[in-house]
Amino acid sequence: MEFFRIKRDIPFMRHALIFNVISLITFLAAVFFLTTRGLNFSIEFTGGVVIEASYADVANIDSIRESLVKAGVASPQVQNFGTTRDVILRMSLKDIAAAPSIQTTGDKTPQLDRDKLTANVLSAGGSQPQIRRVDFVGPQVGRELAESGALALFWVVVGIMVYLAFRFEWKFSLAAVVANLHDVVIILGFFAFFQWEFSLTVLAATLAVLGYSVNESVVIADRIRENFKKLRKASVDQVIDNAITSTISRTIITHGLTETVVLSMLFFGGPTLRFFAVALTIGILFGIYSSVLVMAPITRWLGVKRDDLVKPLNKRESASAAR
Amino acid sequence: MNRYPLWKYVIIGVALLAGLLFALPNLFPSVPAVQIASAKATVKIEPTIVTQVKDILTKAGIQEQGIFYQEGASPSVRVRVASDDVQLKAKDALVSALNPDPNDESYVVALNRVSSSPAWLTALGARPMSLGLDLQGGIHFLMQVDMSAAINKRLDSLTTDFRSTLRDKTIRSNGVERNGQEVDIAFNDAETAGAAMKVLADGEADLDFKVRQEASGYVLAATLKASAATQLQSNAIQQNITTLRNRVNQLGTSEPVIQPQGADRIVVELPGVQDATRAKEIIGRTATLEARLVDSSPEAMTALATSSVPFGDDRFTERGGIPLLVKKQVVFSGDDLTDAQASFDPQTQQPIVMLTLGAKGARTVREVSRANIHKRMALILFEKNKGEIITAPEIQSELGQRFQISGTMTPSEATDEALLLRAGALAAPMDIIEERSIGPSLGKDNIERGFLSVVYGFLAITVFMVIYYMLFGLVSVVSLGSNLLFLIAILSALQATVTLPGIAAIALALGMAIDSNVLINERIREELRNGSTPQAAIAAGYERAFGTILDSNITTLIAGLALLAFGSGPIRGFAIVHCIGIVTSIFSSVFVSRGIVNLIYGRRRKLSSLAIGQVWKPA
Repeated sequence: MEFFRIKRDIPFMRHALIFNVISLITFLAAVFFLTTRGLNFSIEFTGGVVIEASYADVANIDSIRESLVKAGVASPQVQNFGTTRDVILRMSLKDIAAAPSIQTTGDKTPQLDRDKLTANVLSAGGSQPQIRRVDFVGPQVGRELAESGALALFWVVVGIMVYLAFRFEWKFSLAAVVANLHDVVIILGFFAFFQWEFSLTVLAATLAVLGYSVNESVVIADRIRENFKKLRKASVDQVIDNAITSTISRTIITHGLTETVVLSMLFFGGPTLRFFAVALTIGILFGIYSSVLVMAPITRWLGVKRDDLVKPLNKRESASAAR
Repeated sequence: MNRYPLWKYVIIGVALLAGLLFALPNLFPSVPAVQIASAKATVKIEPTIVTQVKDILTKAGIQEQGIFYQEGASPSVRVRVASDDVQLKAKDALVSALNPDPNDESYVVALNRVSSSPAWLTALGARPMSLGLDLQGGIHFLMQVDMSAAINKRLDSLTTDFRSTLRDKTIRSNGVERNGQEVDIAFNDAETAGAAMKVLADGEADLDFKVRQEASGYVLAATLKASAATQLQSNAIQQNITTLRNRVNQLGTSEPVIQPQGADRIVVELPGVQDATRAKEIIGRTATLEARLVDSSPEAMTALATSSVPFGDDRFTERGGIPLLVKKQVVFSGDDLTDAQASFDPQTQQPIVMLTLGAKGARTVREVSRANIHKRMALILFEKNKGEIITAPEIQSELGQRFQISGTMTPSEATDEALLLRAGALAAPMDIIEERSIGPSLGKDNIERGFLSVVYGFLAITVFMVIYYMLFGLVSVVSLGSNLLFLIAILSALQATVTLPGIAAIALALGMAIDSNVLINERIREELRNGSTPQAAIAAGYERAFGTILDSNITTLIAGLALLAFGSGPIRGFAIVHCIGIVTSIFSSVFVSRGIVNLIYGRRRKLSSLAIGQVWKPA
């Protein structure tokens, strides 16, 4: 079986400008939603409490919410989690401080009392409420996490740029990083637009995507270099077109397979892994697009030449000619 | 050209065998066990307890399936049993035999589960993966140690020390005060300030002194040296960890993790513990230390014999079980104790415990000891509102700010004693800044979900690869399987904690590792399309793809390492597995799959075609 039967090289570079305009528009849209709506950070970043509880029957979310409001929580977040019998409650630290009927007594800073919460709030939602998970994160931890996340992103970008500059050329390195940062921004844009919860695992997925879609750029850059050596009479555009065309079958198959695994996580991994898988899905789909249609045109704009990549070969040849 | 030398096959064989061996323990289900740990700081679990446990179980007619002594910071003994029924019986038998007094438990006997993998595997060091709290249920606390409080406490005690030293040396000052991070002493003239500096700096390696002129006169400012502050902080963390470990042991949890994180935090993980309220209460409790005089009057001795307690006395037992009567009046408490360290007597070379008190404690201990030479002073550690005498040495001479406890003890006993004394003094207050508790049912669900994700992902890849690339697809799947095997084996061998994000990373590793094989297979097809012979196509395909595989994996690895370096919690769990997965995938997708292909095709001279699926050639 062979899916891709491409007779001639696809003239990607002829339409490079169109692709770049499209990606610029999606990029700007993502930035727009990021700035206007912002990310819906999980309590891991903001500090707060998450409670996951399950009931014997269908949980009544509205009455849980009502009883929380009655307890003094200003804007409680109550949602189903996975099934209709599971609920998830999110509260900020301020919310807990404002609700005496669910907090501990005697502590310096009052904290969530699970027994009181079960008795005063969760019991309103149905029979046999059971707390399955409680996460409490103090405010100082959250700030540090945001900082270390930004640092991680920074070092990933620097590391990849240095490696690619050393292995290929600075034009590829810059183009690859721009293309893949564009993916990261688009993932974040999706999370901002839909207000999906941005948690630590989503951050991990986002950074993993950065490393993963650089793969794609590397494969194409490798091919471009090889073509510069092999197709000595071809123009730069032809070389890039051929490189993309001859790797496109591999590109789509690998991404398809990785996406298969990610979908398996999305369907079977349960609610905890859902947004992790969603972030990966967006990253993988846009990763194909960006390395083919963003990275290659950028290298061309940057003016990549045969001499940039095949210097050692030229030297050797001139030496043999002199003999 | 497509033949591997024997040594390459040997490497692959050995790697696969080792992988199988280390991954094997994960296949054995966990079986019920009873775990015995120390309930008190004063009770230490020694390997000799194994025979004792064996005797108790034989007497009770309970069949055990192995008793294991586990070394470590808090050693424990585990007894493997056949069923849940036997587990409960064994627990009851051990509780009643080891803790004769139910109100004063020396040992914690807890129900636990251990792997049922055979002893020879365990002896080889092969253990099942260690599951994170989100997979087995339990409670995680992150405690913030208030370091400024520890430093302030030290500076406050310096302030009183300075005052009394200056008084002793009759140097007139205009007041000693702590101002933020320094201790300021005001003087009228520079000479007195200089003299005071000479006296105070003597024997104080931890402090920086500086004299400065101010409108009101001269000020001698003492600050903690940076190295001393760091030392103070790491001591405080260490001391709080010791205290926490003692307290956590009371919860009877099977494998608590208590370790420092960063400069001023402590992580406490309590697998299997469900009662968060009780856990918090126990962790937040403070142990205290009190020094009191032993009542050795004739009346007290008769009272001791008749086990009555005279007015003004308390009855405590010494380690080893000997009861003593001590006076109610406290000479000094844990707050006065600045430090306790095991050391050696410079003259006799005997192990000793060196105690350092703050100025206030030193003054009282001087007065009390002067009046009570050749009497005994008891050091009592209170835990759960119950006191136990750590030691009750005889006072040989007048004691001061620093004094030593000597006697017939081994160096390790001296270390223990110093540890216990320090446990009574809380180094710095702590706050819980992060708490995660996961119910056991959620943990089970998470394992199942993670497992399903991996299995279905793998199956989908297998189906596609075999249909699309035929035999080469099968080879790719086999090498992908070996990748999974290596990954699990390494995770088990390293005993890295596997969490749900970690399982996600395993699934993702499979999805990414297949990339290398797709690259290779596509390359081989391309070579065939361009008219290469099958053998040449295999060789060129692997060779050309390798550079690309290496490049792309290294960039992914860079991202993984950055996550590992800067991530915490769930990110770390993901990053560890991610990084190991990348390394194993290079080995298995290039080396192992080439080995198999060479085995299949390498010896066939007249090879007309490869089973790599249809290769379409443009007309």
